[in-house]
Amino acid sequence: MYNIGDILETIKMIQEENLDIRTVTMGISLLDCTDSNIDTACQKVYDKIVRIASDLVPVCEQIEKIYGIPIINKRIAVTPIAMLAACCQTSKIVKFAHALERAANTVGVNFIGGYSALVHKGFAAGDYALIESIPEALAETEHVCASVNIGSTKSGINMDAVSMMGRIILDTAKKTSGQNCIGAAKLVVFCNAPEDNPFMAGAFHGVGEPDCVINVGVSGPGVVRAALAKAGDNLDLSEVAELIKRTAFKITRMGQLVAKEASKRLCIPFGIVDLSLAPTPAIGDSVAHILEEMGLEKCGCCGTTAALALLNDAVKKGGTMASSHVGGLSGAFIPVTEDAGMVEAAKSGTLTIEKLEAMTAVCSVGLDMIIIPGDTPAEVISAIIADEAAIGMINSKTTAVRLIPAIGKKEGDELSFGGLLGGGPVMRVNTASPAKFIKRGGRIPAPIQSLKN
Amino acid sequence: MRAVITVVGKDTVGILARVSSLCAKFNVNISDVSQTILQDMFCMIMLCDISKINIDFNDFVDNMQELGKTLNMSIHVMHEDIFNSMHRI
Repeated sequence: MYNIGDILETIKMIQEENLDIRTVTMGISLLDCTDSNIDTACQKVYDKIVRIASDLVPVCEQIEKIYGIPIINKRIAVTPIAMLAACCQTSKIVKFAHALERAANTVGVNFIGGYSALVHKGFAAGDYALIESIPEALAETEHVCASVNIGSTKSGINMDAVSMMGRIILDTAKKTSGQNCIGAAKLVVFCNAPEDNPFMAGAFHGVGEPDCVINVGVSGPGVVRAALAKAGDNLDLSEVAELIKRTAFKITRMGQLVAKEASKRLCIPFGIVDLSLAPTPAIGDSVAHILEEMGLEKCGCCGTTAALALLNDAVKKGGTMASSHVGGLSGAFIPVTEDAGMVEAAKSGTLTIEKLEAMTAVCSVGLDMIIIPGDTPAEVISAIIADEAAIGMINSKTTAVRLIPAIGKKEGDELSFGGLLGGGPVMRVNTASPAKFIKRGGRIPAPIQSLKN
Repeated sequence: MRAVITVVGKDTVGILARVSSLCAKFNVNISDVSQTILQDMFCMIMLCDISKINIDFNDFVDNMQELGKTLNMSIHVMHEDIFNSMHRI
């Protein structure tokens, strides 16, 4: 018989501490859907996604019921569309976005990612046209997410792409200014993008992946915070790390179970579990509140980077043993608008973009879901991307930038998206001009760290 | 295949009877029961064999939740694997 305390602990985690499976993401290769005629290619894309993913949502719903654990998002990631666009002799690349949107609607998923291009060393056929079409694609669709990889440790940073992305982010926000600039929330710029990431907006199905795969992302900041709160203030930091490790283990085992079960029921291979602490705007589901539980007055104060480094490392150590295959982004996420504690800290002025940049050096992603003034010049956005990519390139880690220029709003105003994306204050950006640096273009060479052979 | 039924709430007459008769109705065999009082709350945990269940498992879960509402208690039915994977290595 089970220990009554263990059973009640599990139920409490789910009922009161917001433990859930954040996403079951099905990766689908579209490499066999290429065609020189874009309409034929779009039809093939639609047909393949609907054929393979039609059971995804019903199967996830069955699993939710059997195990009593909520699966918040069911998503699809596809081969970077720029690879399909490369075959088409047309500039109407945006048709692919509409095909993805139709497929997402038919199978009932929450998001579909992969309107992407990988240009870390340069532009290939299709890449340029795809990136130029991103603002239009994100304005005209609801479920499609776009990402662009502009740098890697192995190849350096493509500064031409960085320069371009500043303008594209601004255009995307402008095109959706009537809907709270939501387009920009569906666009991520990466350095060292992982090929098996189940989280949006940056999910795409890498070329080294199998035809079809199931990846799972877990979530549980509320559980970690509750465990720390229960343990009290007397633990030293070694004991805090140990407690987080044990909690992360339990959370990840749940993810592993769901991933295995989904894979078995769908007859699709299991890929990875992403060991993540992904916050939501719900009270009690915040990564910032974990840091504050550790003893910081407010997230963003001195000590935040150290606390986050401890948290991120302990999550990975606990999670690694719980899952047979670990991948994706794996670590604590710090998306500002999606985290009630981060929003509070940003409003109070304790949390600044500069501090967030430092935090991204020790956690899983990057400058995520940050609202900036709508009149921020494109080259400043490009420079923020370059800074963040440099952190990723030098530290051999994934970094990403998802900024939302709030068109027509100034520092201190607020923007709200609702739902899981949340909302928050427009944050201050240092606008001293990096224009000349960005205009130089070219490539930042790969660092010496890349020479490992 | 085994499931764990947990019942948590204010103690009242007939909880065990009501839950177990619902199990019997759907041919669910109760293999173990343990109960305790935690902070004035009644907690009961039943381990059940659901291999010969005569109703869809999802509907069984719904029926139990419905019973929970009438008893003003919280009743959860979950596959045992979730506890196995979380608490046992």
